[in-house]
Amino acid sequence: MHELLMPGNGRRRLLLGNEAIVRGAVEGNVRFVAAYPGTPSSEIIDRFSQLALEAGIYAEYSVNEKVSMEVACAAAVSGVRSLCSMKHVGLNVAADAFMTLAYVGVKAGMVIVVADDPFLHSSQNEQDNRYYAKMAGVPMLEPSTPEEARAMTTEALDLSEEYGIPCILRTTTRVNHCRGPVTFGDLPSKAPAAVFKKDPFNLVVVPMVGRKLRLALLDKLKKLQDASEHSSLNFTEGSGKWGVVTSGASYLFVKDSVRDLELEGRVKVLKLGFTFPYPKAVIRDFMSDLEKVLVVEELDPFLEEAVRITAQEAGLPVLVAGKGDDLVPRAFELDAVKVKKAMSSFFQVDYEPPEVFTAPQLPSRPPNLCPGCPHRATYYSVKKVFGDEAVYPTDIGCYTLGVLPPLRMADFLICMGSGVSTAGGFSKVLDQPVVAFIGDSTFFHSGITGLINGISHDHRFLLVVLDNGTTAMTGHQPHPGIELTPEGKIEPKVSLEKVIAGCGVKHAATVNPLQVKKTQDVLQELRRTMKEPGVSVLISKSPCPLYENRLLGKRRKVVFEVDESSCDLCKRCLEDLGCPAFSWSTSAAGDTCIRINEALCSGCSVCAQICKSIRPKKIGEGKGGNE
Amino acid sequence: MTQAEQTFQALRIFFTGVGGQGTLLATRLVGEAALEEGLPVAMSEIHGMAQRGGVVESSVVVGNVCSPTIADGEADIVLAFEPLEAARALPKCHSKTLVISSTVPVVPFTVATGQAEYPAIEDLLGAVRSRVASVIEVDTAALARDAGSERAANLVMLGVLAGTGRLPVSMKSWQEALRRILPERVQEVNRRAFQTGYTLGREL
Ligand code: SF4
Ligand code: SF4
Repeated sequence: MHELLMPGNGRRRLLLGNEAIVRGAVEGNVRFVAAYPGTPSSEIIDRFSQLALEAGIYAEYSVNEKVSMEVACAAAVSGVRSLCSMKHVGLNVAADAFMTLAYVGVKAGMVIVVADDPFLHSSQNEQDNRYYAKMAGVPMLEPSTPEEARAMTTEALDLSEEYGIPCILRTTTRVNHCRGPVTFGDLPSKAPAAVFKKDPFNLVVVPMVGRKLRLALLDKLKKLQDASEHSSLNFTEGSGKWGVVTSGASYLFVKDSVRDLELEGRVKVLKLGFTFPYPKAVIRDFMSDLEKVLVVEELDPFLEEAVRITAQEAGLPVLVAGKGDDLVPRAFELDAVKVKKAMSSFFQVDYEPPEVFTAPQLPSRPPNLCPGCPHRATYYSVKKVFGDEAVYPTDIGCYTLGVLPPLRMADFLICMGSGVSTAGGFSKVLDQPVVAFIGDSTFFHSGITGLINGISHDHRFLLVVLDNGTTAMTGHQPHPGIELTPEGKIEPKVSLEKVIAGCGVKHAATVNPLQVKKTQDVLQELRRTMKEPGVSVLISKSPCPLYENRLLGKRRKVVFEVDESSCDLCKRCLEDLGCPAFSWSTSAAGDTCIRINEALCSGCSVCAQICKSIRPKKIGEGKGGNE
Repeated sequence: MTQAEQTFQALRIFFTGVGGQGTLLATRLVGEAALEEGLPVAMSEIHGMAQRGGVVESSVVVGNVCSPTIADGEADIVLAFEPLEAARALPKCHSKTLVISSTVPVVPFTVATGQAEYPAIEDLLGAVRSRVASVIEVDTAALARDAGSERAANLVMLGVLAGTGRLPVSMKSWQEALRRILPERVQEVNRRAFQTGYTLGREL
């Protein structure tokens, strides 16, 4: 039995926040889950897909976040509780569906988990998604710990169903990827039957229906306001003439700060779990006898604005502060020390921040494409054919790491799919070759429309689709075009080649980038086709070795070694290819030499194709293996 | 009960290492052992780049404290699975911090390509030693090899931590955590590695 499906009976387990959300959803009788993976939310859909069969839940890796929200809302409109999860920027992709789904609403509970990433641990920006709840007018809950994440997921489902509107569960990296003790609740016994009742004048949003639903939404918001005012998720702790308003992970830092700054009896804390509609009366009552209030929250002043508005409307003479110099920083994550600094400065109590030692000057350790990664081989060949003068728009995935030296094969990136569309724009204004990169999963996610646009407007660029047969970056999730699955090799359900041909691409070719000469020949040919307007496409196809080895239990048969007697130390292997298995080293005789670390080499053979001094070397049975 | 256990309030343990070294598993095991012991515990991990040779950091916070993360200057113990990363984690330390560091380098790519030089291990750990209360150096490769597999270096480190007795967790709870979390086929070698580290930690 999957750990997350075990019966309750007071069982306590250390769960990742994301696992706690899954458990809460199972307890809340979710039967339909859809998501596109994205850090820090990916483990939610990963766990669901592991336990789906056993739990009688439908779970899918959708093609993108918008699609995931649409399929999940159809289930909820048909009376089946559903969940979709995404990273913060995923909601940008799904925003079109989201904004009007708020109007149409749901029949069964629907939770939209949105995982913000303050400090951009693995994201392109740190937008504060709480504003989406406000913009759409949907309720929002914000947990602080894995235990709360479990409970609030169940509560969000109930709330959503009661008011007939989807509910946001807004988390941050430090909730999703925090592990803490979670007490299991009871599991539901059976799934409800799905029923769709035709009701076009409430479900088909033409303007006259939309107008009606707009008013209905405002009415729901009033009722939700009431729910928020009475919610046990908003509560006060402690007492005093000063106050702190907080939510999410920040609450934990505040608790430690109150204790360490010895503010007990002087500061009371309002912890908000139901943050939209924010509980105006609760905030007003909290502040009614306070001299000053500090709002402690990560990212933008969302609660601070709520508190200021409330104070102003109620005519309270309380001093409100939040974001600002010496107070709560707006950028990046908070921690206990930052919060102590802000609270001590605002409440004017003594605090000696810890002395912080500086680390000595150290070599950096940036992440890198794995040894044997086919992306490196593709970049190598493209650079040989197009050189430094070409403009290289790129996209989001492992291959974005190609931005680092020595490859330096990324010039522009804003979001998923932007590689293709921006290439078209660049090609219209620049007199340089433009070569765009996009991964296979990202192509299905949001590259297709850009390609169609480019073709229909005669944009002139080469699109290189880096097809490694998986969504590698987020943990090797499937996508529509995969051939390699845990159950074995399959015919792809959606063929990348056919989609690209179907979009109207005239010059397309597929290569295995691990065959260097062939790849460069094909690239030369495609370069010639670029004399004419139009989009040419190269599908550079070779599976992610990490994924392939894991699935197929493949073991290396050869590794490669440098023949030191013929190596003339030209360093091309290091400076042009840059496989991390190479190193600049010292031979037994004390001479400088280049070595290949046998433990790291995946045996891809690319280096041996660019240098005659690199040769294969058989490895003994049982040794090796790329674990 | 030892003195340390009686006065135990809270302990913040910061883990740092390189992708592929099993730091997250070690982090998890500390959390599970603490939970087994009935101590309040919270952990935080940064996923994402682990597979691609970057730095992996995580934390376990045990006792009377809520924040799951460790700010600069707050770590009571730093468990560094690689000496360069021990030095990089110096800002997490305070003057009373105990640093347990592996002495086995994992050379970063910037060094391999000759863009930078790997400092001498003595210099790295010397820089740490000059600031903190104590540094325990662990030759994880040799000890793990003795135990049966170099891949069990993370369990050696965990054993040393357990052996120091800084965390009020009984041997029984450690054993139980290992039993529950480690996959069957690596139980034995990992237990031996843990025991090797434990003995070392005890002796110090
Ligand atoms: S995980 Fe796969 S695709 Fe990503 S860098 Fe490693 S080998 Fe390349
Ligand atoms: S064969 Fe060459 S390029 Fe491929 S992994 Fe080994 S050293 Fe790196």
